[in-house]
Amino acid sequence: MRPDRKAPVRLARLVAAGLLLALIAAAVLPLVGSARIDYARAFAGLSPDKEILFQARLPRVLLGLLVGGALAVAGVLFQALVRDALADPYVLGVAGGASVGAVLAICFGWSRWAGFSAITVSAWAGAAVVLLLVVAIASRGNRMSSFTLLLAGITLNSICAAVLLLLHNLADFGQSFVVLRWLMGSLEPVGYPTLAWLAAVIGAAVLVAFRRAREWNLLAVGEEWAMARGVSPGRSLLVGFLTGSLITAAVTALAGPIAFVGLIVPHALRLRIGADHRLLLPAAFFAGGVFLALCDTVARVALAPAEIPVGVITALLGGPFFIWLLGSRRRSLWL
Amino acid sequence: MYELRDLGYLYDGVRVLKLAAVDFVGGELVALVGPNGAGKSTLLGVMAGLRPDYEGACRLEGRELRRWRRRELARMVSFVPQSLRLEFPFTAEQVVLMGRTPYCDGLFEGPEDHAAVERAMELTDTLQFRHRDFRALSGGERQRVVLASALAQQPRVLLLDEPAAFLDVKHQIRLHRLLCELCRRGLLVVAATHDLNLAAAYADRVIVLDRGSVAADAPPGRALAPDILRSVFEVDVYLAADPQGRPWIRYET
Repeated sequence: MRPDRKAPVRLARLVAAGLLLALIAAAVLPLVGSARIDYARAFAGLSPDKEILFQARLPRVLLGLLVGGALAVAGVLFQALVRDALADPYVLGVAGGASVGAVLAICFGWSRWAGFSAITVSAWAGAAVVLLLVVAIASRGNRMSSFTLLLAGITLNSICAAVLLLLHNLADFGQSFVVLRWLMGSLEPVGYPTLAWLAAVIGAAVLVAFRRAREWNLLAVGEEWAMARGVSPGRSLLVGFLTGSLITAAVTALAGPIAFVGLIVPHALRLRIGADHRLLLPAAFFAGGVFLALCDTVARVALAPAEIPVGVITALLGGPFFIWLLGSRRRSLWL
Repeated sequence: MYELRDLGYLYDGVRVLKLAAVDFVGGELVALVGPNGAGKSTLLGVMAGLRPDYEGACRLEGRELRRWRRRELARMVSFVPQSLRLEFPFTAEQVVLMGRTPYCDGLFEGPEDHAAVERAMELTDTLQFRHRDFRALSGGERQRVVLASALAQQPRVLLLDEPAAFLDVKHQIRLHRLLCELCRRGLLVVAATHDLNLAAAYADRVIVLDRGSVAADAPPGRALAPDILRSVFEVDVYLAADPQGRPWIRYET
């Protein structure tokens, strides 16, 4: 392993490699698909290449890059906050709230509110309600701790899961299909304005998380450890939870709960580059994005013209990886 | 440095600490001994600023401990916990680097931070595994890395909870020589320990805690007298003196 004195150099290299990979993905993945297109025709404005590239495939690849990156960053963050390598972006409840909101919109047949998709808006509202509840429950008594945060998150997650089952049970056949599709998580082509605000929200939140990387290092060791080094764990936990939840809510409202990206990408990266969040967070953003964009391309073409929800692909790839990780975790206990 | 007056601490309504008046000054090596549950770790936690919900007064340099800003306090006082378990693959050097947090504003540490880390790892004999995963180290090696992290904070007060518990004999002696050296440079060192002989051999002052109160606070020869140990630890001891006149304790079996 390289000495830590080189950490800034490693960071620069990681970011450069990540940007390059993301650019390659954005350039190459839109070419993959049942209809053959090429860039010359698309840029010359010829149909249907132009429409397929700019309205269908490119926005979807960009969405995949953003959502995947966001989920991996939220995963890294939550794993550090609750000091559990098995945590994911969904463990602290916010995605559960977003799902309840979205499913409510589907079941009540709300379609558009003031030009926005009602499902997205309702998902945001659900996420916000759960967020406030988790903060209120976790900081009751004295200050917020990792343990109370995790407990509040898991509890609200279970309540949300029960509400989802109830709503699903009450829904008619057609709605039930839509609900199920939504809960599997998928990337749909979205407009560029949507992509722009999503990029702004995620970009700002990822920057906040990155600037406080040192605090996540300390919290990942322990709350007293952080306190003895001049950091208030309660405040850091709150900032981390809000940042990670904002990221998770933003992407879940658009794409549904996509499984495993936020769990396996952080793990795979820690094996390669270690646990320092100053390197891990930017690496997770790029690696998560490229991984999800790739999985989504597989989801588009594997059974074409039928589409597989991308959450299925990430889980099919991520599940076995995860089992392998559990195995290696157990082995390491015997060392 | 420290003035403790009517210091109390409650755990779930049970008072686990009640000290009338204890002072600590720089340059002292103080051993904190007492049976399990006597309040040693709690006292260290209060003094380290980790338990701000204490009762009474705990002043450092004349200022009540809970009025200190965390960052300032972290430059002044460092704490070595009993043991540290990590969930994530930080290297030994990264763990030590975390000790520089109270001095760092930017994202990365500067040359003087790396110099302090280098020195701390040299003093604790940990340089040879600086790049290894902390979790892969043995108990004693981990303890030395945690000590290095505390030293990298360049504190004026060093609080240690059972620092020698997992150390081999060589490193126990090295640790105690290091602590003595730090005291000579003016640091206050307070260490909780179960090894009465090490306390007797190295400490300037021994505080015997019993059910949260001070049973004795004196140089080792007097604090570790057989009648005190009998009443506090409920064991019979045989006390001898080594050639330097330091007490040597043997437990009656």
